[in-house]
Amino acid sequence: MGVQHYLFVSAVLASLGVIAMVSRRNAVSILMGIELILNAAALNFVAFGRYGRETAATPWLSGQIFGIFTIVLAAAEAAIALAIIIAIYHARANINADELQELRQ
Amino acid sequence: MTPGAHAADWLWLIPALPLLGALVNGFFGKSMQARWGTRPISMIGCGVLIAAFALSVYSFMRLLGSSEPRILEQSLWSWIAVGDLQADFGFRVDPLSAVMILVVSGVGALIHIYSTGYMHEDAGYYRYFAYLNLFVWAMLTLVLGSNLLMMFIGWEGVGLCSYLLIGFWFTDVQKAIAGMKAFLVNRVGDLAFVVGAFALFWGLQRHEAATLDFEALRSAVPLLMHDTIFGFHLPTFVGICFFIGATGKSAQIPLYVWLPDAMAGPTPVSALIHAATMVTAGVYMIGRTSALYELAPGALHVVAAVGGATALFAATIGLVQTDIKKVLAYSTVSQLGYMFLGMGVAAYAGGIFHLMTHAFFKACLFLGSGSVIHAMHHEQDIRKMGGLRKYLPVTYRTFLVSTLAIAGLPPLAGFFSKDEILWKAWSSPLGNPVLWALGAVGAGLTAFYMARLVFLTFWGECRADEHTKHHLHESPRSMTMPLVVLAVLAVVGGWVGIPAALGGRNHIEHFLAPVFGVVQSAADSHAGGAAREGHVTEFATPGHTSETHAGEGQLPEPRRGGVGHPAPQGTTGTHAAGHGHDPLEYVFMAISVAIALFGIGLAHHMYVRRPELPEQLATRFRGVYRTLLNKYWVDEFYAATILRGTHWLSRFLAAFDAIVVDGIVNGAATVTRWVSTFGGGVDHYIVDGAVNGVAWVFRTLGGQARRLQTGVVQSYVLVVFVGVAAIIVLSRFL
Repeated sequence: MGVQHYLFVSAVLASLGVIAMVSRRNAVSILMGIELILNAAALNFVAFGRYGRETAATPWLSGQIFGIFTIVLAAAEAAIALAIIIAIYHARANINADELQELRQ
Repeated sequence: MTPGAHAADWLWLIPALPLLGALVNGFFGKSMQARWGTRPISMIGCGVLIAAFALSVYSFMRLLGSSEPRILEQSLWSWIAVGDLQADFGFRVDPLSAVMILVVSGVGALIHIYSTGYMHEDAGYYRYFAYLNLFVWAMLTLVLGSNLLMMFIGWEGVGLCSYLLIGFWFTDVQKAIAGMKAFLVNRVGDLAFVVGAFALFWGLQRHEAATLDFEALRSAVPLLMHDTIFGFHLPTFVGICFFIGATGKSAQIPLYVWLPDAMAGPTPVSALIHAATMVTAGVYMIGRTSALYELAPGALHVVAAVGGATALFAATIGLVQTDIKKVLAYSTVSQLGYMFLGMGVAAYAGGIFHLMTHAFFKACLFLGSGSVIHAMHHEQDIRKMGGLRKYLPVTYRTFLVSTLAIAGLPPLAGFFSKDEILWKAWSSPLGNPVLWALGAVGAGLTAFYMARLVFLTFWGECRADEHTKHHLHESPRSMTMPLVVLAVLAVVGGWVGIPAALGGRNHIEHFLAPVFGVVQSAADSHAGGAAREGHVTEFATPGHTSETHAGEGQLPEPRRGGVGHPAPQGTTGTHAAGHGHDPLEYVFMAISVAIALFGIGLAHHMYVRRPELPEQLATRFRGVYRTLLNKYWVDEFYAATILRGTHWLSRFLAAFDAIVVDGIVNGAATVTRWVSTFGGGVDHYIVDGAVNGVAWVFRTLGGQARRLQTGVVQSYVLVVFVGVAAIIVLSRFL
């Protein structure tokens, strides 16, 4: 079992995330799509960290450390995004992304 | 300063005093009259005149006592100094000016005194005296001024005062119009006078001898002998221009029409301005510029011809007028014609002599008529008078004396002066029988119409209505006193000029002789100054009886050849056209006396012995009578030609203004509007179009670009991922 298997799973996750982002109208669903893409990216870091060569630029366990950073970032991002969504819901009683178009004008 | 002239630092007072009177009465008269009545105004008005007269007499005495040349001079300040033009604000008294100031201030003072009686009920009393004083100031400036510009101040000043006084009762529109007529007619003459002065100055300028000073002119004008202007002989041109000016001021053909209308003014004004002084300004001016006329016999011929013609023409109109003042007005025009006749035959002294005597008897006649009008409650029609001699004895006697004087009966003043002119009209080198005949017939007519006036006014039955008759009274002393003085002068005034043929010395002619004619200077050395002095003296020497008319002595020279300098020195003292005891002179005296007696006798026959005769004659010679009564329709003729011509011209010019000038202006506006419209279009469509076009392009582009921002978050995401995919795919192949 090599790195390409991980990369394949990661690509599938990212693709599912994109599909979720593009096709779902609910802001929470879009947020979940983003989370999928972030996790796909984290999976890539870990896979490259396990199979990649150690160099001066990429010392041992560096991929795993980036994966942990990504997870932390995703948590923070999800917290902020959910806060925004709740604020919008308070204001509009609606969180459908395609109906929130005021910035277009 | 004229070489040899005597300084006289009081001269400025002579005109300044009446000016002071005019200012005081003019500015404070109204309140003075309201507070203290007319007395202080009379005191000021007459006082300044009497003072001016006293100063004139003093100047005259000083002049008589002074050495040659007899000139008193005072230059107050340099008035105009521009380039070659030097004009002083200065006064000069020479024999001619001395005679004039004596007449102006003397007769003027008498008329002022008379006016205090005549005008005492008038509400505008202060105004009247202010104008009268102002007039005297102007007239004295005219005759005292030492150069043409000073004379012009007075010249215009008397014109102005004449206007003010003719229209004194301006609430009567007819009188106001008469004032305007006088002013406008005078303006015509003034224009010619100014043109003449300019031409003279221009001519002298070319010889670098530019001057306007009268004394300097006398030696400078011979330089102009051969000059021309517009192809005319320059001295003749200037002389005729000056003479046209004189015809305006002195009421000669063709500009005499204002004077009869000027009778609209108060009667003392008629006496002072329109008989005794102002109208003589033209005569004085010709005497003053006689040096110029010496060079221009052609101009002198014109002067003589117009003078003679006017003398006769005006006298014929005077025959049939029925307004007492109109008769005197035409008589004045006629007498002024005599003066010009005298001037025109180079008998300058004779002309000035007649000016003086005429001032006496004509002022007396006018004041007498004023006394009559006063007594008749402003009735001026002689047909409604008659028999006044028993009501107005003083007026009657003085009027009679003056009438005989103007008719030319010896030994009254008019005889000597008129006879002098008539004799010169015959005997002078410039004279001829026609001129004499004009004068002689005019003299007969004068005697006739003046006698007619006396007979109709003072003799026979009174034709006034009962009311007027009841109130007839002799005028107050203030009015009769001047009459008496003037009547005395009308008797004795001529005695200063008794011709040699009658055993007299003709003082006035010798007195005046140095003033006239060219002063022979070193004409070769244009500068004149010092060399002149001696010759002035030479001319000024009072001669023996049979010599020295500077004027006459000079004349033949320019006439004969017109080449070379006029009047070589030798002519002085050798020529004797004047008062030789030519037997012909006695014949002429007898003729003129006979003519005068015939005129008076005829009038007596027609108006006293057979009063019905004039009616019959008027009916029989209806055409002639109507022509004379309507003054030859000259006013109508002027109305039809000059006035209508002027109106036509005015309308033409108005139309020209409306159509052409306005058309040009409006056309310019239209064109400008077109250009502006075009420019506006360019601005709007091209410049703004470019600006707006740029804006439109970017807005359109922006509008297109805006579509990218749909606001749909998913589409952004899609674009981002497509973009990422595209970058990955492209990076594979590039």
